Amino acid sequence: MSAAFGQLLDITLVFSTALVFGAVGGLLSERAGVIALALEGYMTGGAFLAAASAYALERLGFGPASAYGALFLSMFAGALLALVHAAATVTYRADHVVSGVVVNFFAAGLSLFLVKLFFAGAGQTPTLREGMLSRVAIPGLADLPVVGSALFRQYPTTYLAALAVGGAYGLLYHTPLGLRLRAVGEHPEAAETLGVRVRRLRYGAVVASGAIAALGGATVALTTTGNFSHATIAGQGFIALAAMIFGRWHPFGAAAAALFFGMATGLKNVVQLSPWARAIPTEVIYMLPYALTLLVLAGLAFRSTPPAALGRTDEAR
Amino acid sequence: MRRGTRPSVAALFSASAADAGLAIVFGLIVGAGLMLLGGFDPLAAYRALAMKAFGSPYNAGETFRQATTLMLTGLSVALAYRAGLLSIAAPGQMALGALAAAAAGIGLPPVPVVQPVIGLLLGAAAGALWGALIGTLRAYRGVNEVIAAIMLNWVALYGVNLLIRFGLADPANRQRTRTVAETARIDAPWLSDLFAHARLSYGFFLAVALLGGYAFFLHRTRLGFELRAVGQNPVAAALAGMKDRRLVVAAMALAGGPAGLAGAIEVLGVYGYWTVSPTLPAAGFDGIAVALLGGAGALGTALAALLFAALSGGAAGMQFEVGVPPELARVVMAAILFFIAAQNLTRGLRERLGRVERRNARGEEAGR
Repeated sequence: MSAAFGQLLDITLVFSTALVFGAVGGLLSERAGVIALALEGYMTGGAFLAAASAYALERLGFGPASAYGALFLSMFAGALLALVHAAATVTYRADHVVSGVVVNFFAAGLSLFLVKLFFAGAGQTPTLREGMLSRVAIPGLADLPVVGSALFRQYPTTYLAALAVGGAYGLLYHTPLGLRLRAVGEHPEAAETLGVRVRRLRYGAVVASGAIAALGGATVALTTTGNFSHATIAGQGFIALAAMIFGRWHPFGAAAAALFFGMATGLKNVVQLSPWARAIPTEVIYMLPYALTLLVLAGLAFRSTPPAALGRTDEAR
Repeated sequence: MRRGTRPSVAALFSASAADAGLAIVFGLIVGAGLMLLGGFDPLAAYRALAMKAFGSPYNAGETFRQATTLMLTGLSVALAYRAGLLSIAAPGQMALGALAAAAAGIGLPPVPVVQPVIGLLLGAAAGALWGALIGTLRAYRGVNEVIAAIMLNWVALYGVNLLIRFGLADPANRQRTRTVAETARIDAPWLSDLFAHARLSYGFFLAVALLGGYAFFLHRTRLGFELRAVGQNPVAAALAGMKDRRLVVAAMALAGGPAGLAGAIEVLGVYGYWTVSPTLPAAGFDGIAVALLGGAGALGTALAALLFAALSGGAAGMQFEVGVPPELARVVMAAILFFIAAQNLTRGLRERLGRVERRNARGEEAGR
């Protein structure tokens, strides 16, 4: 029993990590008032650059260090895409949802275009070998009974995601910058009157959100798939967005929701391995995370309130 | 959870022909820049693209076939957009419509005319039901329609795959449905012959007719008026006594119809069957691009559908002749959309150009 619990916990954390990055990135952007529909695109861009650069670094002989280099580089892909979203929404006052759709379109098209360009027409990047991330055990804690191995023998990205959650919480609720950021998302006119530079803050929040969400994409490529193809992200950015809403735009809530959705995805893999589940068609299992997400959203929606100025493009600046 | 009002949605309707034209030019320039970076000759690539899209009767016919699908998915997005909603549901609705039409083409008694008509109606109904579900989630549960559509797209995709494998599968190839009866097809042989056997069907005329009907519906019917009213100013519409929740459901259901029909036409007019697929039909997503570029109007949507059909169909020619990966066409589409969405950018540039021209004109006058 405890072994099965440990296994489920472990697989939940593996599948949640990317969603946690996505949800934390998303909430930075939305707390500043910019709808984060482009999360899917940031994650796609991050996964692409991570897979491609890890392969390049691997070829250059960096060995296991390639993965860490790739993780770092992936943030630039997200930041760059986020810059496009910020320019469209903040400077040119485009509809946030439309701009998000466009960035998602753009990221998907461009990353596959570049894959074909760099890898001689292939539909995916070459599979990584030592350029993938490997698990790191935290001495002492990893040997705790039941949960030790699942919690403390994890991929470095999982620890990093936990840091991101704590960091976002500290930033938003315990620094002057976080207060300003939240003010910009609630009442930009008031914030501006008090001397907050609304546009600059929004640009910063959106670009940071892109960089963090891209780490989520990189996590998928460097820990799970080992390459990048059209199916690497496949909607995880939207699930991260749903987790952020479910978590009521709060870092801890978003992380908890991401864990929940990660478990739904993880369950898919665990269930498929157990003999009694062979009779369930794979399609039903594939549907599970999406259907569950929707059910949860439909059930809770009326109780969560977004930042007041979210998505507005009409304010005076 | 209503994610704020979206005042600029209304502004998007007003994408003028000049804005659209400028966005297309900018989009093509972005594509050319990328090709230069990749070491390709953009002019040769665009020439190959144009040849593949319109260079022969067959190629032109196939472009019109793709435009048929895009006109319908574009119409779907445009309809929802007029009511202030963004519909991303067309991909899932296409798959459902295709499956419904395939079921009719396989299971119904082989009666000419009746069978295809029922097939098309079932396809449209499948899409409309899915749309009504999204509309209900939005109107009564406050779930953002974009998120609901994205989740339901995946549910539709896997549901369709499931139903193919456990119901309609061809015994010889379990990855696709059986082929529909000859009586169920909507082929237009005379039109097809005109275009050197391109796979054109009566679906093309249906799409054109529906776009015409859409213009009439929007501007000449009560429901059309109410939808536009809700889209442009929900508060005013509610104060005028319009039931905005029911209108949201109606708009999403109406929008689902053409998307489902697009899938039905693919089955009854083009392939004769539908396959298990790991991905959603791209033409569904392209409908968003089409509706935006077309300013959510009937004529604009038709022209935008033709342009994007040429871009995505012509991409193969670009790859064959010049070696440019066909995904470039999608990047160009995204770039065009970006310039449409960020209208203030194109407007600003146009004003600046205007100013330069005026200054030049003044300069010439002064010099004279």
